[in-house]
Amino acid sequence: MTPAQEPLLQVEHLRVELPTRRRTLVAIDDVSFSIMPGEVLGIVGESGAGKSVTGAAIIGLLEPPLRIAGGRVVLGGRRIDDLPYEQMRHIRGREIGAIFQDPLTSLNPLYTVGRQLVETIRTHLDLGPEAARERAIALLGEVGIAAAAQRIDHYPHQFSGGMRQRVVIALALAGNPRLIIADEPTTALDVSIQAQIIALLKRLGRDHGTAIMLVTHDMGVIAETAHRVAVMYAGRIVEIGPVRAIVDAPRHPYTVGLMDSIPRIGGVRGRLKQIDGAMPRLGEIPPGCAFNPRCPLVFERCRRERPELLPSASGAAACWRFAEEGARAADG
Amino acid sequence: MIAFVIRRLCQSVVVLLTVALIAFALFNYVGDPINNMVGQDTTPAERVALRHELGLDQSFLVQFARFVGHAAEGNFGLSYQEARPVGQIILERMPATLELSFVAALLALILGVPMGIYTGLHRRSLLSQAMLTTSLVGISLPTFLIGILLILVFAVMLGWLPSYGRGTVVHIGWWTTGLLTISGWKAIILPAITLALFQMTLIMRLVRSEMIEVLRTDYIKFARARGLSNRAVNFGHALKNTLVPVITITGLQLGAIIAFAVITETVFQWPGMGLMFIQAVTFADIPVMAAYLVLVGFFFVVINLVVDLLYYVVDPRLRIEHEHAAGG
Ligand SMILES: Nc1ncnc2c1ncn2[C@@H]1O[C@H](COP(=O)(O)OP(=O)(O)OP(=O)(O)O)[C@@H](O)[C@H]1O
Ligand SMILES: [Mg+2]
Repeated sequence: MTPAQEPLLQVEHLRVELPTRRRTLVAIDDVSFSIMPGEVLGIVGESGAGKSVTGAAIIGLLEPPLRIAGGRVVLGGRRIDDLPYEQMRHIRGREIGAIFQDPLTSLNPLYTVGRQLVETIRTHLDLGPEAARERAIALLGEVGIAAAAQRIDHYPHQFSGGMRQRVVIALALAGNPRLIIADEPTTALDVSIQAQIIALLKRLGRDHGTAIMLVTHDMGVIAETAHRVAVMYAGRIVEIGPVRAIVDAPRHPYTVGLMDSIPRIGGVRGRLKQIDGAMPRLGEIPPGCAFNPRCPLVFERCRRERPELLPSASGAAACWRFAEEGARAADG
Repeated sequence: MIAFVIRRLCQSVVVLLTVALIAFALFNYVGDPINNMVGQDTTPAERVALRHELGLDQSFLVQFARFVGHAAEGNFGLSYQEARPVGQIILERMPATLELSFVAALLALILGVPMGIYTGLHRRSLLSQAMLTTSLVGISLPTFLIGILLILVFAVMLGWLPSYGRGTVVHIGWWTTGLLTISGWKAIILPAITLALFQMTLIMRLVRSEMIEVLRTDYIKFARARGLSNRAVNFGHALKNTLVPVITITGLQLGAIIAFAVITETVFQWPGMGLMFIQAVTFADIPVMAAYLVLVGFFFVVINLVVDLLYYVVDPRLRIEHEHAAGG
């Protein structure tokens, strides 16, 4: 038996708080997961579930007053959540690349894409101006920009939205990171271009051995792209496991709801709108299981006690129904 | 690009003509200059003759057309007060005003921009709070009061700096400068501070709010996420994006500084165009007043044009769209 590979990223019991004048709200509560080298981990969940905050906490760019209040983030065996700004800066871009939702506003309008690429490359790699420019052209070619040697001197406004997102991907790859956090990288794009960008990310991840944390609303994209998926609800992970297992047999009622929102063969991919009710806001998370007011299978215990993430053969789910089945099976 | 400049030049001419018309029309109906020029014992016949000699008996339009025609050649006629060419008087006074204005503008920029950056980057720091509070004084106190307070402290009480005049000036061709002598520098400090204070406050607050705005944008977050250094993010990416509005306002303020110099020059008896204007007003010296207004209008228009051209230098979105339009 070969020894199990070391995870690239480990997030352990992460807790992110939002202090307000009256009390402290909890945006991320006891979130743990890991990503293996080269693995694509999908993160899904409704708006406000805490996906972006999780990503920002990992790269150390939480917007104040949000702050990490507990847990650890470990990258390649090294703890990074408590690093000072200057040290963390050398991890951002070099070890962990980031891609944000809106390609139209992610690039500085006053500089050519080449300048922004060369600046990023030279921040992280020991290259002269010419070598950095060559690498920049190569990167632009690699993300599918034709005539990269000419396009490199163009300004962001001279590119279309899809092309700009490709430039953003090139920028995220510039320091040759081992992990890319892509936060809804296609939401702002035309449907026809979304698939191309996802395919590009997938290919680049494979070619470079880069792990990807892919945040999206789109369960369909996850099913096609990710190896594993984590489902978030109200600041917690409610289910995590291999994509196939979760798509085929979701355990948590919330995940079941998400799956039902992907239309089957022939349909257009849907948004996550088909579960009745709305996710509670930060200050209004109910006691017990946060999903209980919307859960079709709710029972008494769900309103009293908060379920922990319980491992199973195919991942883990935080649901009392699942836990009680497990307990009965053990008894019998 | 050339089409743009020509279009702007045409607009400028229209603006200048309007200013000239207003100046000329307003002052042509204020008081009777003949009364100011002649003594009590002048006969009506002599008055009519003088009126005719100065062209004041012709129709309004003819007078205005002649005024514009001459103004275009830099000829603003004879001063009623001093009976010599207005152009000559203005040329003598202009260096003092321009020097004062540029020193004040430079002071406002050199202090205002860094203070704006600092208060924008360190919003919660004590120093920022102190600067913002003090700057309220700069905005709310009237210029003449600041001038008088400065004179009181530094000239009267401490005796460090002169309270009026320009100090010793050096002639360079027709230009006179006080910036080559120590007494000239001493003399310019107080009026320049007085004139600069309001603009400095304005620039600082503008840079600060622009900076805060830009730091919130996605491209700044993305720049941080790429691990760029704080300096590269704050100065390379953020500051440059604040420049467009800062250039606009600063440019317009330069015009305002030249115009506001009237008050400062009066307080400090600074021998510039502003003081000349006030003296002309008390004497109803129409040619001098009109020439001054047209000249200030001219400065505004030129500064505006330069500001517009600077946009093109700073913002590629304007530049390149224009190249495209021109090319295709
Ligand atoms: N800068 C911030 N200040 C205060 N609260 C914040 C901030 N950013 C996020 N939050 C709160 O944290 C919670 C999680 O937000 P987050 O942006 O992570 O959601 P998300 O899952 O990414 O949603 P979406 O799909 O809409 O992007 C939300 O309740 C949000 O209101
Ligand atoms: Mg988000």
